[in-house]
Amino acid sequence: MRFELQVALRFLQEGRVQTALIMGGIGTGVGVIIFLSALIAGLQASIIDRTLGTQAHVVLQPSEEEARPQLDRVHQDVLAHIQRPAQRLRTILGWPRLLADLRSRPDVTAATPTVEGSAFALRGTANRSVALRGVDSDSYGGILDLRSKLVEGTFDVTGTHAVVGVELAKELGLGVGDTLRLVAPDDHTELFTISGLFDVGITDLNLRWVFISLRSGQTLMDLSGGVSSIQVKLRDIYSAEQVARELGAATGLKSDSWMTLNSQILIGLRSQDSSSIMIQFLVILAVVLGIASVLVVSVIQKGRQIGIMRAFGTRQEQLLRIFLLQGGLLGLVGSLGGILLGTLMALGFQRIATNPDGSPLFPVALTLQLYGRSVLVALGTGLVGSWLPARRAAALDPAVAIRNE
Amino acid sequence: MSESGPVLQLHQVHKSYLGAVSTEVLHGIDLQVERGEFVALMGPSGSGKSTLLNILGLLDRPTSGTVAILGQDCTALDDAGLTRLRGKSLGFVFQFHHLLPAFTAEENVYLPMLADVGHFEPAMGQRARELLGRIGLKGFETRPAAQLSGGQQQRVAIARALVMSPALVLADEPTGNLDQASGNQAFELMREFNRESTTAFLLVTHNPGLAKRCDRTITLVDGSIE
Repeated sequence: MRFELQVALRFLQEGRVQTALIMGGIGTGVGVIIFLSALIAGLQASIIDRTLGTQAHVVLQPSEEEARPQLDRVHQDVLAHIQRPAQRLRTILGWPRLLADLRSRPDVTAATPTVEGSAFALRGTANRSVALRGVDSDSYGGILDLRSKLVEGTFDVTGTHAVVGVELAKELGLGVGDTLRLVAPDDHTELFTISGLFDVGITDLNLRWVFISLRSGQTLMDLSGGVSSIQVKLRDIYSAEQVARELGAATGLKSDSWMTLNSQILIGLRSQDSSSIMIQFLVILAVVLGIASVLVVSVIQKGRQIGIMRAFGTRQEQLLRIFLLQGGLLGLVGSLGGILLGTLMALGFQRIATNPDGSPLFPVALTLQLYGRSVLVALGTGLVGSWLPARRAAALDPAVAIRNE
Repeated sequence: MSESGPVLQLHQVHKSYLGAVSTEVLHGIDLQVERGEFVALMGPSGSGKSTLLNILGLLDRPTSGTVAILGQDCTALDDAGLTRLRGKSLGFVFQFHHLLPAFTAEENVYLPMLADVGHFEPAMGQRARELLGRIGLKGFETRPAAQLSGGQQQRVAIARALVMSPALVLADEPTGNLDQASGNQAFELMREFNRESTTAFLLVTHNPGLAKRCDRTITLVDGSIE
C-alpha cells in the first residue's frame, strides 16, 4: 500500500467519531441529491410522457396563406390596410417524397401523414363537434400508440371504421359496432362503424378525437390525395426545436416543435431544473464546508504528528496527498452511504405517493448514471473540501509543530 | 556527500527571532561533530539548546552562518532538499517519544523508510522487527504505539531514529520523561548502537551523570558555546 494511503486511512481510523460524523454528513448530502434528482427526473419524465404521449415532437403543416400587398391605383402606393385571409385546409405539396426523406433521417424514429380537420359527429338527435384525424394505421402507432390505450374493441380504421374516445362514446351513447355519422364543414357526410374506444387519460381528447383512415379523411375534408400535416417523432425530444427550425427552413412549411407548442410546460421544467441545481449546489457547499472544517481541526490536532513526520523525511507533497486522500476517501465512502439513503428515500416516497388505484404517482428515476454522477460529485467535493487543510498541513513548520506540543 | 570528514559542521551560526524587538538567540556558534562521536549538549533553560537542535536537525534555518551535514552545505537547499537530507542522514529522538499513535510499534519504526520509498516492501518490516528485537521489544511488534509504556515508546522512538542508519542522531532530552531505570536503559541502547556503528549522537541533557558517560560535552550558555 502507498505510504500516503496508509497514513490517510490510519488518520481517519484514529478519529473514528469525527470520521463517522462527517461521513454521515456526506451521506445525508448525497442522499438528498439522489432523492431530489430521482424525484425531479421522475416527475419531469412523467410530465413529458403525459404531454408527448399524445403529441408528435415536430408537426409540419402547409405555411399560412398571406395576403399579397396591393397597390393603390390612384396614388401608386401600397394599401395601408390589408385584410388577413381566412386559412383553408390545404395539402402539403409533394408530401410522399418529404415523408420518405424524413423517414430516412437518423434522428427521426417515426413520421406519419395525417388529415386533420373539424367535423360534427351525429347520432340520433345528439351531435358533437369533433377533431377528425385521418391517419395511416400502419405508421401512426409510431406517433401515438393508440392500440395500448384501447379500452374496448380494436384499432381498426380501415374502410369506414372509426375509433373514438370513451367520453365521446358516453356522450353519444356509442359502443363498438354502432354507427356514427360524421359531417364535414362542406356538409360532406359519411357513415362510420365504431371499431374501438380509447382512453388517452385526457378527458378533452377522449371527447374530441375521432380516428378514421387517411383515405376517409381525405374524402371527408375534400383533400383528395393530400395530407394536412406530417407528424414526426425524434430520438432526442430536446432536439425538437432545432430539428423543427431545420425542417421549416428546408421545406418552407410551417414547422412547430412540441417545445413551442408547450412553452409553459418547458418553462416549468426548466424552473424545476434551476431550483434543483440551486438546492444541490447548497447541499454540496455545506458538505464541502463540513469536510474542510473537520480536516482543519484534524490538522490542528495532529500538528505534532505532522511535525514528527516532516522530521523523519515526509515531503510536503506527501502530506498534501495524505489529506487530499482523506477528503477523497470521506467523499467516496460517504457517497456509498448516500446512495443507500437516497435510494431508500426515493423508493419510500414512491410507495407513499400513489394514485387512488395504488400505482405510483410517478416512478422515481434511479439510474446508474445518477449513482455514478453522485459518487463523482462526492469525490470531487471531498477533494475540494480537503484542499485547504491539506495545504495547511503541508505548509506546517515542523519545528513549530513539534515545539507547540 | 563526503564519505569522510565530520558529520556535522557549524560555522558562525547566528539565529535571531524578528518581532517588535529583534532577539538574537544564537551568537556565532562554531561546532563540529565527528563520525561515531557521542556528544552531550548541556545548558540551562533558555540558553538556545532547542533552537540549536532545530538548526542542526534542518528543521529551522540560521539567520546567518553555515550548516553542513556530511560536508554538504545546507544553507542553499530548498525545503525538498532539506527534507531529503533530513530523512536519509538524520535521526530524531524527542523527550516525549512522539510516536504516531494510530500505528503499531513495528510500523512506527519503518515509517521513515516507507516515506522515503513511497510504498511498503517486506524488507522494511524485517528491518523494523530486527531493531525491535535488539531493543528488547520482541513480541511487541503489532502492539499499537499508544498501548506501550513510556520507556517502551522511547525505545521504539530510538529504533525509528536508527532505521535509516543515519549519520547523526539528535536526541532532545530522551531520558527526561522516563524513570531512572528506563532512562538508563534508553541511554545504554543509544550508546550501544553508537559503539557498533559510525552513527554519531548529539544528546541534549540536563543530567550531568549522563553527560559524563558521553565522549565529550558541549555547554551552551546564553546562545554561545563555552
